[in-house]
Amino acid sequence: MHIVVCIKQVPDSTQIRVHPVTNTIMRQGVPTIINPYDLFALEEALRLRDADGGEVTVLTMGPPMAEDALRKALGYGADRAVLLTDRYFAGSDTLATSFALSQAIAKVGETFGTPDIVFTGKQTIDGDTAQVGPGIARRLNLLQLTYVAKIVSLDLAAGEIKVQRRCEGGTQMLQSRLPCLVTMLEGTNEIRRGSIEDALRAARSRVVRWSAADAGIEDFTRCGLRGSPTVVKRVFAPAARAEKAAQIDTAEKTLRDLADELTAAIFTRQPALEQEVAFDGGT
Amino acid sequence: MIEEEFDAIVIGAGMSGNAAAYTMASQGLKVLQLERGEYPGSKNVQGAIMYANMLEEIIPDFRDDAPLERHLVEQRLWVMDDTSHTGIHYRSDDFNEAKPNRYTIIRTQFDKWFSRKVREAGATVLCETTVTELVRDAKGKVIGVRTDRAGGAIYTDVVVLAEGVGGLLGTRGGLRKMLKPEAVALAVKEMHFLPEEVIEQRFGLKGGEGCVIEAVGTISRGMTGLGFLYTNKESISLGIGCLVSDFAAMRESPYALLDALKSHPSIRPLIAGSEVKEYAAHLIPEGGFKAIPQLFGDGWVVVGDAAQLNNAVHREGSNLAMTSGRIAAEAIVQVKSRNDPMTKLNLALYKTMLDESFVVKDLRKYKDMPALLHNNAGNFFTTYPRLMSEAAQNFMRVDGTPKIEKEKATTAAFIKARSRLGLVSDAVRLALAWR
Repeated sequence: MHIVVCIKQVPDSTQIRVHPVTNTIMRQGVPTIINPYDLFALEEALRLRDADGGEVTVLTMGPPMAEDALRKALGYGADRAVLLTDRYFAGSDTLATSFALSQAIAKVGETFGTPDIVFTGKQTIDGDTAQVGPGIARRLNLLQLTYVAKIVSLDLAAGEIKVQRRCEGGTQMLQSRLPCLVTMLEGTNEIRRGSIEDALRAARSRVVRWSAADAGIEDFTRCGLRGSPTVVKRVFAPAARAEKAAQIDTAEKTLRDLADELTAAIFTRQPALEQEVAFDGGT
Repeated sequence: MIEEEFDAIVIGAGMSGNAAAYTMASQGLKVLQLERGEYPGSKNVQGAIMYANMLEEIIPDFRDDAPLERHLVEQRLWVMDDTSHTGIHYRSDDFNEAKPNRYTIIRTQFDKWFSRKVREAGATVLCETTVTELVRDAKGKVIGVRTDRAGGAIYTDVVVLAEGVGGLLGTRGGLRKMLKPEAVALAVKEMHFLPEEVIEQRFGLKGGEGCVIEAVGTISRGMTGLGFLYTNKESISLGIGCLVSDFAAMRESPYALLDALKSHPSIRPLIAGSEVKEYAAHLIPEGGFKAIPQLFGDGWVVVGDAAQLNNAVHREGSNLAMTSGRIAAEAIVQVKSRNDPMTKLNLALYKTMLDESFVVKDLRKYKDMPALLHNNAGNFFTTYPRLMSEAAQNFMRVDGTPKIEKEKATTAAFIKARSRLGLVSDAVRLALAWR
């Protein structure tokens, strides 16, 4: 089994200061950490490997200093680390990042074996978009399991994985075929401390460094600032949504009844939507 | 258990540990260095002034890439009372030399650099790894260490304890006694950030020049202590330290002293408008020569702060740490090259070599100073600074009093405060301790 875990080195948000005059975030001198959700993803990957054998490759895209994060991941027990670093990647938004990472994962697959599972964190704590994981899945045609709280079981022979996915107001039990992409929430498993052997290996192993070209990227216009259509126009704190998700009792109901009930529930809350659908249906 | 065996394990990645690991690794020894901090320097606190010669002995071309803040061209020594300071300033253009003698540094950055050099020299460095126990054989010889990571013991020919001032491992392992409160100072400091131009303007500096102030007086409220202000590139390190036993006896808190120092009329304008970004505290060994513990044993040596190697009078510590680390490493390399075992008898070479160096010679010179200053803290840190300030003001102020009466008043003030016998005895004791 081969698992790829995508991690990101992020500023430790508990130690970020805001510039008193310009109100911008001062990144200088802020210590960096591995994005916390990514650590839970790594822990799940390591547990699966420990149980079923195989290898875990950690992958990151970032400046050369991101090697520190990879080395730390090796210290937790990852088998291999790949750093995707190139000036072409500077200024990437989530679209460009998921493009570059998906290309690199494909290359990792060619070089070290096709991954059965790709893990990412739910989101990074500096960008908070939760878009990169799904972006990778879409590009690599992987089934995606997002907001996963727990890996319930993995059956390599059958090529199946079962997970608990947290959703608004509850937990979903999902089953998927492999290969797939999993984005992890803060997991239920405590993050391990690597053994002395892991630490020694991490201190001595070489991090694989790939440029954009090394990762097989040909179209540089899809990378970095040029490949990033996102523009931050304004930053503000959104007001919290007042309404809660409603629960529908599923016991002893047919799928048709459930669908009807669901549609009715939506239309009661969104009358405008009903008009629209009715209108579309009429044409 | 780890199958692999090392020639030497260095515990700690501060100045002494890095010096030892670098020296041994560059001589071809298989070295493992263990550091409890997240990265080398993350746990290390110093003022900090770094003395070039001692680093040059280890890494001759360090100036090429070491993160140095400013080279020092001016030293101010102040005696302060509550509203004034009397000082000696020494500034010389001679310090603007091709290879300057002293630099201010920021330890978190400097230690990262030093550690990179250690790794480049071939040592294996593990961070976030705390050594919990020394492993000994049946005869009591230290043969390895156990850490807080799973995987058992790691074995080695010799352990270099560079664990810093607290030295818990060595004291728990029975290698030396616990620190005494009167042999250790607690220093606190703040990093005040200011634009480079502002610092250069305030202290009359240009092109990487630096200035330091070190001060004694009523700022330590009768305790044995020292205040300091060091200029970095874009920040000022401001701090004060006093003996732990004094803090306990006087029920003073370190941060209150630092707050008072910050608002002292001589200091306040120097840090005006700054932003404090860091607050740190650290213990400093102050026991001097008489506090130096057993430095070597079967399978181990101790270096740096853990060995109490700190010159309180000259405010030197990191250079003694680096030098002791280097010398211990050289002794180990010599023993190893003869294929001799790392026994107490053979490792005594470290002590012999250290005795011959400035480290022990300087500490021996001031062996009586810690006791003198500690036992007479009230006089040396409060009475004399006040008298000195009064005398200076009496001398400077022109108010129509005949000069002869002014001089008489000054003399009378000294005699009243300390008596003739007291003055003579203080002078003699100070001279003897300095000798």
